Amino acid sequence: MQAIGLSFVDWTIIIVYFAFVLGIGWYLRKFTTNEEDFFLAGRKNSSWVAGIAFLSANLGALELLGMTGNTFKYGMYVAHFYWIGAIPAMLFLGVYMMPFYYSSKIKSVPGYLKLRFDEKTRVLNGIAFAIMTLLVSGINLYAMALVLHTFIGWNWDISMWISAITVAAYVGLSGLMSAIFTEIIQFFLIWFGLFLVSILGILEIGSVKEIMTRINELNSQVSFTTLWSTSSNPNLNGMFVNWGGIVLGLGFVLSFGYWTTDFLVIQRAFSAKNLRSARMTPIIASFFKMALPFIVILAGLIAIVLSKEPNSGFKLLHDGGHINYDSALPLLIARYYPSGLVGLGVTALLAGFMAGQAGNISAFNTVWTYDIYKSVLNKKASDSHLLWMGRASTVVGVIISLGTAYWAKSFPSIMDYMQAIFSWVNAPLFATMLLGMFIWWITPSGAFWGLVAGMSSSFAMYMAVKFHWFSESIITMSHVQSDMAANFWRAWWAWVICAGVTVIVSLFTKKRKKDELVGLVKGLTEENYDSHLPFLKRPEFYAVISLIVLIALNIMFW
Amino acid sequence: MSDKKMKPIWFFVGMILMVMGTIIFLNGIYLIIHPPAVSTVLANTHPDIWWGAVMMLFGGFMFLKTRKQTV
Repeated sequence: MQAIGLSFVDWTIIIVYFAFVLGIGWYLRKFTTNEEDFFLAGRKNSSWVAGIAFLSANLGALELLGMTGNTFKYGMYVAHFYWIGAIPAMLFLGVYMMPFYYSSKIKSVPGYLKLRFDEKTRVLNGIAFAIMTLLVSGINLYAMALVLHTFIGWNWDISMWISAITVAAYVGLSGLMSAIFTEIIQFFLIWFGLFLVSILGILEIGSVKEIMTRINELNSQVSFTTLWSTSSNPNLNGMFVNWGGIVLGLGFVLSFGYWTTDFLVIQRAFSAKNLRSARMTPIIASFFKMALPFIVILAGLIAIVLSKEPNSGFKLLHDGGHINYDSALPLLIARYYPSGLVGLGVTALLAGFMAGQAGNISAFNTVWTYDIYKSVLNKKASDSHLLWMGRASTVVGVIISLGTAYWAKSFPSIMDYMQAIFSWVNAPLFATMLLGMFIWWITPSGAFWGLVAGMSSSFAMYMAVKFHWFSESIITMSHVQSDMAANFWRAWWAWVICAGVTVIVSLFTKKRKKDELVGLVKGLTEENYDSHLPFLKRPEFYAVISLIVLIALNIMFW
Repeated sequence: MSDKKMKPIWFFVGMILMVMGTIIFLNGIYLIIHPPAVSTVLANTHPDIWWGAVMMLFGGFMFLKTRKQTV
């Protein structure tokens, strides 16, 4: 495909964005004077700042190119990632889990494992998280390179290197605070830069109803426009998955595993100024999360309609003989946006990738510095040395991400790659966290060996299917398969194995005393959070409203 | 944390939206006077003008509301 040219005005918009981001990084540098400023943004953010940053840290390449591309590939079932695959877990985090995280004054999620279990469990999770974060960070680099390649015609190598250097520069300047500021700017740029694609798509085709009708006419055997009504039989929906895979694999294990244990997003809640703000962080984010399908899913559905219309002139890119699903959104921008708006659309995508990668790198430098370096390699490190280490690990993390970016490029779809990684690390960790936080007699040895068994079995299942050691149907319990269905079910089995091993080992190993677990385990901890507040100001009230909206959306698109 | 007071994030958000919205809005007017050789789909609806105006107003409101605040 011929590269889409950018006009002088488009370049101006892009340059304004880069000037702002680097300028803010430089401005915030004078407020970053110690390691708590660098790693926790001084713990002074409001729930709105922390909440939008919480969502935006997740709103990188995955949400934009990946989800639009996946809607093209799988249909409306992708909306499950935003609704049942996110909201219950976010509300559970805010209502039940955040008090244990925030009140224990930990600096990272592995830090909780150290307090609840022991050092070896913390280090195991710290290493797994660090590796996962760098793999995911590579996705953001790859996606950014895709945009630069599509719009400007730069080659992959140059695009990735330029992107990496930019992110390393501004995260290195002021750490988490800089990352949070740019994440919030990115949130607004994404809405203003990309929602217009959906509006113009609806204008061109006629209405949302017309979009759905045309897709149904194109696919009479398989539904691309429903959420649940075709989930009883995997043959009837575009994702080839049944409701069991959606509810157990995505809605329970993958979703809770990501939203309640992934330090990348939870780190934003740790930056909140008090416990109520920390609890409100994921609850506020849940409302914005539910709205995102009106950008990405709608754009994916519009792309399906246009690609099947012979006279539309719309066709996805091909790489090496495969359809590049992730090119759907950039091509829609090129279709609808005149000069000026093209610059805004490209900037919105770039901002998403840069913020997404910055989120991964800021989480990586914290876990590396506290949970690996200080915990194992240099226990007597001073605060100033840790601040230096945070900056140094930022640069090293970005360099390693470059390597993983090339690996991400070999996957047909970004989301398949993401879910594969999450099912290795987050799914078993969720079992460990859930059991550890709610059952007092789970032992350190149980947690450690449960995690080892869960992570290794998930990885082994992935390799076994990839190299055809056994059939995918053994995991999915279905004769029809898709990569996504396999990810859901693999996550479920990893969770079951981790939970089972954790419980069995805990029955036969030494338990910690109850009084050592006060503040860390439900049932042993006094629970009167926010009880002094009026009902309308309590996090639980807003969580119920969010749940009602979630149910309404699912019924609306049943 | 440093004792120095800093501008709230909403100030920067307002500023960047206002600047970008103004550029897009003015460019949209320019494109009416000097139409490009190749038009985009739905170019006749002039999305750059009305969308640029929305950004400009939204950003301007945030910028003006927070320009004297510190946190």
